[in-house]
Amino acid sequence: MNLIVELIKYMMILLIGVYTYYSFNVFRFKNKKHQNKIYAILTVIIFFLHFTGYFTLYFQSQNQLILYLYGAEVLLFILILVLYQVIYPKLSRLLLRNMLMLLAIGFIIQTRLSFNKAVRQVIIIGASFLICLIVPYVIQRFRTLKEHGVIYGGAGIVLLILVLILGTKNFGATNWITIAGNSIQPSEFVKLLFVLSIASLLRKGHNFKQVLLISAMAGVTVIILVLSKDLGGALIFFVTFIFMLYSATEKPLYLLGGLSGGSLAAFVAYQLFGHVRVRVLAWRDPFSYIDKEGYQITQSLFAIGTGGWFGMGINRGLPTDIPVVDSDFIFSAISEELGGVFAICIILIYASCFVMFLNIALEQEDIFYRLISIGFAVMFAFQVILSIGGVIKFIPSTGVTLPLISIGGSSALSMVLMFMILQGVYVNGKKSNSQKKTQAAGRV
Amino acid sequence: MGRRAILRRRHRQQGGFRQMNNRWIELLKKKTKELAAAKEETFETKEEEPGEYRKPIFQIIYIFLGIFVLMAGYFSYYIMFQSDDVINNAYNKRQEVLSERVVRGQILSADRAILAQTVVDKDGNETREYPYGEVYAHAIGRYSKGKTGIEESENIRLLTSNINSIEVMYSDLSGKKSPGDNVVTTLDSKLQEVAYNALGDNRGAVVVMEASTGKILAMASKPSYDPGKVDDQWEELLADEKTEAPLLNRATQGLYPPGSTFKILTALEYMRENMAYLEYEYDCDGSIDFEGMTIHCHNNRSHGEVDLPKSFAKSCNTSFANIGKGLDIAKFYEMCDSFLFNQNLPVNMASNVSSFTLQKGVSGTKEAMQTAIGQGNTLISPLHNAMITASVANEGVMMKPYIVDHIENAEGATVKKYSSQTIGRMMSGEEADYISDMMRQVVTDGTATKLEDLPVEVAGKTGSADNSKGKAHSWFVGFAPDREKDTDIVVSIIVENVGTGSEYAVPIARKIFKEYFK
Repeated sequence: MNLIVELIKYMMILLIGVYTYYSFNVFRFKNKKHQNKIYAILTVIIFFLHFTGYFTLYFQSQNQLILYLYGAEVLLFILILVLYQVIYPKLSRLLLRNMLMLLAIGFIIQTRLSFNKAVRQVIIIGASFLICLIVPYVIQRFRTLKEHGVIYGGAGIVLLILVLILGTKNFGATNWITIAGNSIQPSEFVKLLFVLSIASLLRKGHNFKQVLLISAMAGVTVIILVLSKDLGGALIFFVTFIFMLYSATEKPLYLLGGLSGGSLAAFVAYQLFGHVRVRVLAWRDPFSYIDKEGYQITQSLFAIGTGGWFGMGINRGLPTDIPVVDSDFIFSAISEELGGVFAICIILIYASCFVMFLNIALEQEDIFYRLISIGFAVMFAFQVILSIGGVIKFIPSTGVTLPLISIGGSSALSMVLMFMILQGVYVNGKKSNSQKKTQAAGRV
Repeated sequence: MGRRAILRRRHRQQGGFRQMNNRWIELLKKKTKELAAAKEETFETKEEEPGEYRKPIFQIIYIFLGIFVLMAGYFSYYIMFQSDDVINNAYNKRQEVLSERVVRGQILSADRAILAQTVVDKDGNETREYPYGEVYAHAIGRYSKGKTGIEESENIRLLTSNINSIEVMYSDLSGKKSPGDNVVTTLDSKLQEVAYNALGDNRGAVVVMEASTGKILAMASKPSYDPGKVDDQWEELLADEKTEAPLLNRATQGLYPPGSTFKILTALEYMRENMAYLEYEYDCDGSIDFEGMTIHCHNNRSHGEVDLPKSFAKSCNTSFANIGKGLDIAKFYEMCDSFLFNQNLPVNMASNVSSFTLQKGVSGTKEAMQTAIGQGNTLISPLHNAMITASVANEGVMMKPYIVDHIENAEGATVKKYSSQTIGRMMSGEEADYISDMMRQVVTDGTATKLEDLPVEVAGKTGSADNSKGKAHSWFVGFAPDREKDTDIVVSIIVENVGTGSEYAVPIARKIFKEYFK
């Protein structure tokens, strides 16, 4: 028993290590044949790692239900790979595989933490992929999407205000709304609307007056989030906006001004709000407040520290000691049981996604699509930094989910949407580039 | 219109074969530009210099990848260097998990006597054994009934195995438990035994420490208990807690009036306030009166004409009460504050806070006079008194006391080494020298002459602390140079409710020094 669990522990580290290597290596090759080979390797690793994880889980619990869940997940992965690649032969296969890899890790660790919650998560992910199947098509087909920035922005603000009024409190922040017994977190979707609206508005021009108006809209959105005490959300929106504005205008003044303005706002928030001070306090000296404010972060540090480089092995740690482990603190659970090496590989896979997002941005001649790619890239990377940085005590904890791994329907659907919008943009960029090439070639 | 057609027409208009080539090229350029512009229009993009927009994108890549790298670096640093200390915390409940795969390591003395070990019988049952029973109970603590001492502070380390990874992997894979790391203490098994036995049947505590490093060589507290038998004797031990308090580590948690040992600090304060302390003179007639309060010398003995060293050596209460009368209370408080009164001692073991309550505006002259001779409201732990004495011995610099020397894996390779740490300079070298000389006179010409015939030059201070519970507590703090190791060996001894320092504590010091300098 021990033998199997331990062998698999090292095996999983090896697998994710190889995966991570190739997920960066693939950027180096322009050669189609070579790339295809690498994508095949990545696919095999995803399924193998997924298998080893569930094998351990089943082996330890001998619970038949785990086998069914495993079967369903494999089916889901195959369906995703086949459907998406048949319907959209030109989408980024790296991004698709990175998604599956992160989902596989998420499924394994969620099943380990709570079988019932994991089942729900798998269903939500399946539904998300089904819904998003049309997203790349919509992006390609409806080019007028770029026209309606004001609508996106307005809708986002209205949604957030509704949540602020009707929403329920969860972990101190008012960002949930209950519809027919299901808790939904609208801010996850407002994120997407926000990027679309900023991209659309900046596309029309960015003289000083326009920038002022767009900033005002972004500011209102951020302030509503601050009022609902969703600090992580507010920070993500703010940073995304600053970098989008800078990319569109290329004026360093906006970037520097925005960041220093943000720091000032953070300082004011620190002075004004008790809950902000508590977070900072718990970050700076968690061990002095270990009973209360620092409890979560210290438990997280215990988990990571006890796990060390190679982890305790699946089901052999105590990740459930950490409050909210399945969502905001999922990274600690992974680090405890699968090891620090494994956890670093996850950081690198996120980095690989981020680089790919900006690669897509580089391909876009149309400023709208370029800004969407940049906005999503920054949003994604910053969310990863807030989430992981918060649980390893790199920065104060802001209660942000880890993309595609944390439990939660809203964040899962919103992430799949984000990836699929970018897939659409990617296919678009490729098409317009190749069209241009053929046109040019034909005419000269 | 096809390219050829245009060319033909132009050719006809212009004629001239020579110019044709130039015209052709120019036209081609113009036409391509038009075409390009038309195409751009259909895609509704703004005209931009190609590649211009790339700059911010690359900057964003660098910025965020930079943060990713920093974050991964911080994470690695935490696992590599900080996590060891962090996870060794009572709030980390993972010890049960660890103990399923690691056999708890041993605790050893510096001379490698086994002080605690886990024995596994053939059925795999584990028992924590303490071969020396009661002798080390307070120094290393217990495992059962709420961990204390080293068993608590080094808990996770004892449950972590640092034998080489291949072997860990092998025992992981074969389902065997790995041997946990061993804790090697600074304790000297011979000194510990002498210190423990020297207390006899009395209640009290002994601390032996290296002045230049802070290493604790022995730490005994009586009455004691056998940490291996707490499960059976727990009820009795708890019942005793109110009277004899065997579970209490008197060395670090016992708080006593310092008695005349406090004159070290009173003398130092006097020296700081009076440049002319060399000229101090007082005529002792055995007692001093102040507003209806009388302070006596021991046995009402009058010491006659005394200077500061003689007052100190003879432990003349009358003279020191006289000194106390004139001290600046605020400065005195400030100095005692710097000597770590009224605050947690910076040590990695359970300790209680010594108190010094003389405060300007609150305390009167009477209290100042009592405080000056170590009575009043002042309370101190034997460890704290050892630290103050050690700072005198160590040229004024106080070292942080420590009891764990290093952690080694089951094969004896060092995993983590603890080194000595400075707390700070407590007094100047000159001040330390002068007080050392006075403490030497206590042995040559004062209350601790029983130590004079030892082969080393011992210096010290006796104390008899009056208290409400009966006879005085007997104190001795002192030190002697170990020239080989270039340090001083410090002792701090208290024996509760027996009488004077000279009578009870000094003989214990004698046994310890005798053993050490054998």
